[in-house]
Amino acid sequence: MTQFAASAADRDGPFAGSGFPGGYVPGGYVSGRHVSDRESLDAGGDRPLIEVENLGYAYGSRVACRDIGFTLYPGEVLGVVGESGSGKTTLLSCLAGRLSPAAGRILYDRRPDGPVDLATLSEAERRLLIRTEWGIVHQNPRDGLRMGVSAGANIGERLMALGHRHFGQIREAAAHWLAEVEIDTDRMDDLPRSFSGGMQQRLQIARTLVIGPRLVFMDEPTGGLDVSVQARLLDLLRRLVAEMNLSGVLVTHELAVARLLAHRLMVMKGGRVVESGLTDQVLDDPHHPYTQLLVSSMLQV
Amino acid sequence: MTEAGGYNFAYLDEQTKRMIRRAILKAVAVPGYQVPFAGREMPLPYGWGTGGIQVTAAVISGQDVLKVIDQGADDTTNAVSIRRFFARTAGVATTTRTAEATLIQTRHRIPEHPLGEGQILVYQVPIPEPLRWMEPRETETRKMHALSEYGAMHVKLYEDIVHFGRIATSYDYPVRVNGHYIMSPSPIPKFDNPKMDRMPALQLFGAGREKRIYAVPPYTRVESLDFEDHPFEVQRWDEACALCGATDSFLDEVVTDDRGGRMFVCSDTDHCQDRRAGAPAGKEEAAQ
Amino acid sequence: MDQSLMLRVRDLTKTFVIHTQGGVVIEVFSGLGFDLGAGECVALNGPSGCGKSTLLRSLYANYKADSGRILIRHAGSVVDMVSSDPRTVLAVRRATLGYVSQFLRVIPRVPTLDVVAEPAVIAGVPRSEALARASVLLRRLNIPGRLWSLPPATFSGGEQQRVNIARGFVLDYPVLLLDEPTASLDADNREVVMDLMGEAKARGAGLVGIFHDREVRDRIADRLFDLPRQEDAA
Repeated sequence: MTQFAASAADRDGPFAGSGFPGGYVPGGYVSGRHVSDRESLDAGGDRPLIEVENLGYAYGSRVACRDIGFTLYPGEVLGVVGESGSGKTTLLSCLAGRLSPAAGRILYDRRPDGPVDLATLSEAERRLLIRTEWGIVHQNPRDGLRMGVSAGANIGERLMALGHRHFGQIREAAAHWLAEVEIDTDRMDDLPRSFSGGMQQRLQIARTLVIGPRLVFMDEPTGGLDVSVQARLLDLLRRLVAEMNLSGVLVTHELAVARLLAHRLMVMKGGRVVESGLTDQVLDDPHHPYTQLLVSSMLQV
Repeated sequence: MTEAGGYNFAYLDEQTKRMIRRAILKAVAVPGYQVPFAGREMPLPYGWGTGGIQVTAAVISGQDVLKVIDQGADDTTNAVSIRRFFARTAGVATTTRTAEATLIQTRHRIPEHPLGEGQILVYQVPIPEPLRWMEPRETETRKMHALSEYGAMHVKLYEDIVHFGRIATSYDYPVRVNGHYIMSPSPIPKFDNPKMDRMPALQLFGAGREKRIYAVPPYTRVESLDFEDHPFEVQRWDEACALCGATDSFLDEVVTDDRGGRMFVCSDTDHCQDRRAGAPAGKEEAAQ
Repeated sequence: MDQSLMLRVRDLTKTFVIHTQGGVVIEVFSGLGFDLGAGECVALNGPSGCGKSTLLRSLYANYKADSGRILIRHAGSVVDMVSSDPRTVLAVRRATLGYVSQFLRVIPRVPTLDVVAEPAVIAGVPRSEALARASVLLRRLNIPGRLWSLPPATFSGGEQQRVNIARGFVLDYPVLLLDEPTASLDADNREVVMDLMGEAKARGAGLVGIFHDREVRDRIADRLFDLPRQEDAA
């Protein structure tokens, strides 16, 4: 693979990973190469955010996933597709620390000290990661929201958990993020249970992103939503992922969702990865029999 | 010990008292941390001070002078019965005067008279877990305490400001003890919260139904949670106490007749009597 | 690789194995090779079904070649699209290699102007400038301004194709792949697209295209690259 002379200054610009939109470095072409904070996607001197090696998990004697390996770089979204029972949700649970893998390891590039094996982290350290660097978007917004407190408080809680103690600023951040996810700020003081399913899902995304995470786990984020609502959500996620240079692992059984959101794809079957690669390559030129079946079974992806 | 009528000193058996004392020692060593203990059945229902009574029974000695208050008053049913309970089972001296007491069991107030070294204040606690309303799972709240994951605690205050324009929580206002654990001060008015901060007396908390003991050792920092732009504030009254004229005590509103007549009087009866005995007459006397 | 070379293809082989049809093997081409210089346009030539689109897609790494090399000048060095990892391929696509497909893949809900500006925004061009470039292109391609704020999903085939072309030209890619860019366009718009391709060549971009339209091919293409018939290739 060709190495690029990417300087550290280009990668770690003032906005890199800060979680705020607008981190683009203007400049167009500079001597034939492009300078932007999206450079982090290029092959170069930067290092993976997460590296997974030979990951395995079993529920008793039933193996849910085995020999899973991949590398995720900053700014990349990895889609994991496969039918129900293929092990994709188990994989996500292992990554997000909800399950302890039975085999293999997960290296995460933790700030500020660099790669750590997640299995060696204490629960306190893992929960700190979830509070400060990670976000989880659940399929069911009820799993990710506090339904009994206002929308604004749902967003603000993440900030308060990080020690923010200025009511006015917390309100401002909540209003900003409601607007980002296209919820009328008039609804800030309403309970999420008065929201539609699509709004609840968008609120969950606002709550997830308000802290400016580096890595977001998404579990069927558009599942159970109407098609038109789904489109809006996908569009939103697509924009935010790009603006915030987020890394993500997206689990979905909908190939169309994967095509819109994921840079790369892993196809899982029976707990194993049967094919992986660029999203459009896997979907347009599937090689494995199962992937071909999956793609040909889909309506217009 | 004929008055004990066959009961062991202070009702509880010695093994139980020893167990409770161990829990208290641990609680004092880890300020604000809720220590589980094997609470016993007491001869009164939960919610009537079973936790406080067990703590008092475990620490009381024959030389102690006991004061018991309920909402600040020495003469309400709950206070009277608990005082009589210990007078009978432990034969200790009792008093209504804050300054003379070595051990004070309280429900819902801290006396107005400043407490000093050598005094112990025992609180009756109905719900010891300040995170409970946000997080129903005990396993989860324990983790939240252990890891200082207290974002949820401010959510309640946030919601207050959203709905009432200010922090409307006025009782059981959450505090942070010694810069670490968030603690329920029991349903005392937030008016009393500042008194807990660096109090020279030992503060013990007993929750009978939930079987938890926690403590604030003398001179420990106790901060009430708030926002930078919505700082903690205590209640204030436009009126003075109708009996003693105090303007700096916690006042109860008392309905005096069925024609809408009302007056404000000190909730701390001992404090009020003290002032009336030694100080200028209150409004009521002046009016007569 | 010579400095004036933009793209070099060697020994490129592509087969499809269709497992859903009992493992049928389709050999599309094998051992292909050609060079593309700066400011040059190569037209892929051959009868329908000989694999021109497959070759173009393979060059973009949309189809995975079985073997061979696709060397492209990217960011001051040379990258092989066949063996590079996905991140590198994406980086090449983002900055160096553009692709105008025959059909617009519509992104739900995104307004036309943003659809066109997106490749520039992703490549790091400031949003305002990217939108300005997009407006210029849409105007040149005669997409009425009232449509710019609408998602192109409901547009006619010709309009969608012009949106697609605008999207392909919003960034000055050093190498551009074009699959029938003038199909379903009227004469005026065909003229505009030929101008755009001419301008790209003039600034030194290398173009590889499939042009069924003889006039377009004659005017834009410098050379033809003949794909062998399938039976010959096998």
